[in-house]
Formats: sequence, structure tokens, C-alpha cells
Amino acid sequence: MLEKNGVPSKEQVISCFPESSILVKPKAIIECYQEIPCNPCETSCPFDAIKIGVDINTRPIVDTSLCTGCGICVTKCPGLAIIVASILNDKAIFKIPYEFLPSPKKDENWNALNREGNIISKGKILSVLDSRKQEKTKLITVEVSKEYLYDFITIGCPDER
Amino acid sequence: MKKTPMLIIGGGPAGLSCAIQAASLGQSVTIVERSHSLGGQLVKQTHKFFGSEKQYASVRGFKIAELLIQEYEKYKDLIEVVLDATVTGLYPDKVCTIVQNGRYYKIKSEVIVVATGASEKFIAFENNDLPGIYGAGAVQTLMNQYGVLPGNKIVMVGSGNIGLIVSYQLMQAGVKVVSVLEAAPLIGGYLVHASKLRRLGVPIHTSKSILKANGSACVESIVIADLDDSWNPIPGTEETVEVDAVCVSVGLSPMHQLLSMVGARILFIPELGGWVPKVSECHETSVDNIFACGDLSGVEEASSAMVEGRLTGLFAARRLLGTIDNDESIHQDLISQLEGLRSGPFGKKTREGLLQMKEEGQC
Amino acid sequence: MRIEKHPILEFSNHQEIAFFYNGKEVLGREGDTIASALHALGIKELSKSIHYKRSRGFYCAIGNCGSCNMTVNDVPNVRTCMTKIEQGMRVFSQPGKGELI
Repeated sequence: MLEKNGVPSKEQVISCFPESSILVKPKAIIECYQEIPCNPCETSCPFDAIKIGVDINTRPIVDTSLCTGCGICVTKCPGLAIIVASILNDKAIFKIPYEFLPSPKKDENWNALNREGNIISKGKILSVLDSRKQEKTKLITVEVSKEYLYDFITIGCPDER
Repeated sequence: MKKTPMLIIGGGPAGLSCAIQAASLGQSVTIVERSHSLGGQLVKQTHKFFGSEKQYASVRGFKIAELLIQEYEKYKDLIEVVLDATVTGLYPDKVCTIVQNGRYYKIKSEVIVVATGASEKFIAFENNDLPGIYGAGAVQTLMNQYGVLPGNKIVMVGSGNIGLIVSYQLMQAGVKVVSVLEAAPLIGGYLVHASKLRRLGVPIHTSKSILKANGSACVESIVIADLDDSWNPIPGTEETVEVDAVCVSVGLSPMHQLLSMVGARILFIPELGGWVPKVSECHETSVDNIFACGDLSGVEEASSAMVEGRLTGLFAARRLLGTIDNDESIHQDLISQLEGLRSGPFGKKTREGLLQMKEEGQC
Repeated sequence: MRIEKHPILEFSNHQEIAFFYNGKEVLGREGDTIASALHALGIKELSKSIHYKRSRGFYCAIGNCGSCNMTVNDVPNVRTCMTKIEQGMRVFSQPGKGELI
């Protein structure tokens, strides 16, 4: 239970995703389950695709028709609660925030982790972005099998586990 | 005796913001700060802040300290900063006694803003005084300011935002966080912070706490146990965990001592962190011309402390300067920022605490 | 134990500073407090408690709690979590309340 151990239920996770048909293009998935006084996702979005409004405690809503999946909000979110997801054939492709060392490198295979921290498969690193604007939150693009669309959340260094 | 029109005790997020606001209105001020640098506890915050743009949302805490210091430098000719100076006494004639590098002296001021912040609370358990048992803030200081690891294997006691954030920061520094314990039945901090830890494999246990620490000169292991509905340990659930450090993150107590000394009215409001000075809507204590702001007048996030500091800077400058250009618009902006930060479910405690303060007599 | 690499912070390689801990010469880095330098050397016990002589380390690291007090250059009850190390500084564990000179 999320409030007891930090792990959201499958229903909670799925409620943050749009229809899979929309994920033919990359879209931001925001797992912000509480009303927290915070709005950088809204203000950082160059496409006005994230709506919070005047009361910064309101939970963000993604307008998938405007979201381009650019990933700017992913590195801006102080709660690291945003990922970008898309489906390509039998693969799910994610952009995730990462703030640890060592840093993954393109083409490496890292452990793909679920929301409980368990290894679910391998994930292939497609790119690593680390621009100044990201303020040391790296944006990692990872590819896993499509079946892990609702399970995958982050990566772990393959040497550590 | 040195004299100044406006003295601010504490150069953390509240005190520094207060000075900047007052100076931006043309008021000259003196900040007395106990440590070597300005910024208070912001300097060890490596996470990106919540809030909105005006409170530097999405900027890491230590960067916010740099931004505030840059802003202060714009008003350098109006803001005097006295570092490494501990205020040891505050008297009704608005004289402060100060110890700086072994020298003892006094400063008298017309208006004083006390922004001393809060100190880390502690909990009772056997051998809780062993070295290696640290406040979560102490661990942040050690790691993020001085680059020294607190240990290799740590248990975090407390799942408020500080406990969760510091656990994550410990992992970033390469420390193994064995688990996070929370005595309450639910996680205390933002769930996004909890999820961030859990996905990295750190278990968070609610209704569980520490009973005892073992070790001779330093903690070597701890005994933890499940708690029942009345927060009593359940016999038979004890478990020994090997650690070389324990982090205690069980809340903060406002540092009201100087205000108690000067005879300001102090109220007990648990929602605000415990003993807090009674302040008016203008953040003035029950002693004329002595103001209080930041965690001292109610423990909250640093974002609120910065806004409250600016607000108090406005009130204090108003007292000294009389009329202020754009007073109303500055006031409105700051008030609405605070309302934004406090209006959600996480601001409930603060809202209730402030209401109690309002109802608790006149000052 | 120093942090050598960090994903967010940069710890520039500070110059070493020699000081004395209980009469023995030890090394810290420029910018260290006495408490951080000793901790980096693995020294967590700083003094003994006044009555029961129990081990004392720091608790708050920002000058609030007084648990890190030691005798520094003959001055007792110095908050070592706030005091920067200096070349040749003499730091001693404090067995009790400390004596005023």
C-alpha cells in the first residue's frame, strides 16, 4: 500500500497512463498521487501540456494531445515522479530521471527495476542526456519489453546486484 | 556599544530573505550568524525544492543559498553580515550580547528580527547517546557540506520528508540504507519521496521503531520491533540489525530560547513544532519591535521560511521607514505565496497551528 | 571515510591540515570542522559524559546540542562541529565539565 510502503498499486499506476494507443508517441506519465504545493512541471513545459492552475496544490494533468514527450518535466520534477513512456512494436521505451553514480552509458544493459526495487528484466540504454539545464538530474532513455509497461520504473547498475 | 537600526538573528533562509527584503526597501540591517557562512541549512540540501518559481522550485537547496547570497550582494552596502557570532542573550532594552571568536560584545538595535530556526528532536531508547546515532540534519551536514560519510550501513528512524530525503541522499553518497522505520501507521512525508526510495530497494516499515542500540564506543547494532495501535512494542517481534550509524529524523523544535529570555510570550502549539513565540499577523512578538519568523515561529518547509522572512522584512522595514512604496502589492504577493504553500493537505497542520496562535489571546 | 565521487556535489581536493588529537598528529582537510575531520579518520567518540563517563559523539552538527564539546587549545567546551581545524590545533577529548583556566 502506497501510504505504508511507498509502492503504488497496479490500479494506481495504470490510472496515470493514457490508453496504450496514445503511447505510439512518447507521453509524460505523472505519478503524483498527493496534493503537494509544487508546480515546476507545469511551468517548465514548453507546450503547455501540463495543467495545475492557480492553486499549486492541485495534482497535475497531462494533455496528451499537446505533450510531445520531450522529457523536460522529467528532470524538473523535485519528486522524480515523472517518466515519459512510448510503445514501439514489442518494446516499451522510457525516459527516466537518474541521480546516481556510476552513470549508465549508451548501449549498456542495465537492470530494469519495478516500483518495489526488484529486478524485472534487463533494460537497454538508448541515450543519456546531461545538459546544464537539467542540474545534474540525468535523463536516461531505456528500452524494455512492452510487457513491463506498467512495471518498469527505474534502472539499477548491473554490477551492484 | 555598537548600534544598528535593524538586527536579524540568524542568516538562514528566513533571516537572509528578511534582510534582502528590508534592504530592497532601503532599510539598512545587520545579520548576526553563528556559522561561517550565510544560508543556514540550505547549504546542505542537495535535493530540488518543491513550491513554485518564486520560491525557487526545482532548484537544489544549496543553489538556492547561492542565489540568496547573490541577491544579498546587490544590497551589500545596506546589509552588514557578522559571521561566526553567536547571540547569547537578548534583553528587553533590545540589547543583544554576542560571542565572536572569543570576544564578547553588545549590539543595540531599534528593531530585532529573531530567525533562529529549529533544532532536531530526539527520541528515547536504550543507549540513544552512543556515538554513531545522529540527527538526520547532522548526517546531511557531514556528507553534503564536509564530504564525510556518516557510516556504511544506516537505519533511518522517521519517515517525514527529512527522513526520506536524507535516506535518498545517503544512497547518493554510497551508503547502504538498510531500512526506514516509521512508528506511525502511515508514511509521514511526501509519497513521491517514499516511492523514490522504495524503487531503489529500500524497505519502509510503518508501525515499527527502534528499541535499543548496542555498542561500546559506537553503535554496532540496533534492536527494532513492531508497534501496536498504541505505539507499544509487540513482544516477540524484536529483531537485531547490524548498522554502524543510525539516523534520527523525528521532527524539529523551534529555537525560542532568546525570545523566552527577553520575556516574549511563548505558546505550546504542537502543530507548529512545540514551544513557539506568539506573533501577530505582522510577525511581531509580544515584545514591541521584536519580530520572529521562519521555523522559529512554526516548523515548515524552507520554501515557507523564505517567504515568511521576506514578509517579516517588510513589516520590520515598515516600522522603521513609515511608508513604503508598493507596500500593498509586495504584501499581497507574499501573503498569496504563503497561502499557496499552505493551502493543501500538507499545510493543514500549519493552518491549524496558526489558527490556535490567533485565538490564543492578544499580544 | 571521505566521499570521493558524488552525483550532485563536487568536493574539490582540499589541502591537508595537520592538527593534534589527544597529543597525536593527525590530518584533516582545509574547510573541515574538528568533528568532520575526526569522523573522516574514523573517530566518532569525541568526549565522555560528565557524570557516567559514557561515550559522546556529535548529534546535531550545527552547534545546537553540545554533544560534540571538546577541549581545543586549552579552552574547554568548544563546539567542535562548528570550529574549523587549523594547523597545529590541539584537540583533546574532555572527560568532564572542563576547567576554566
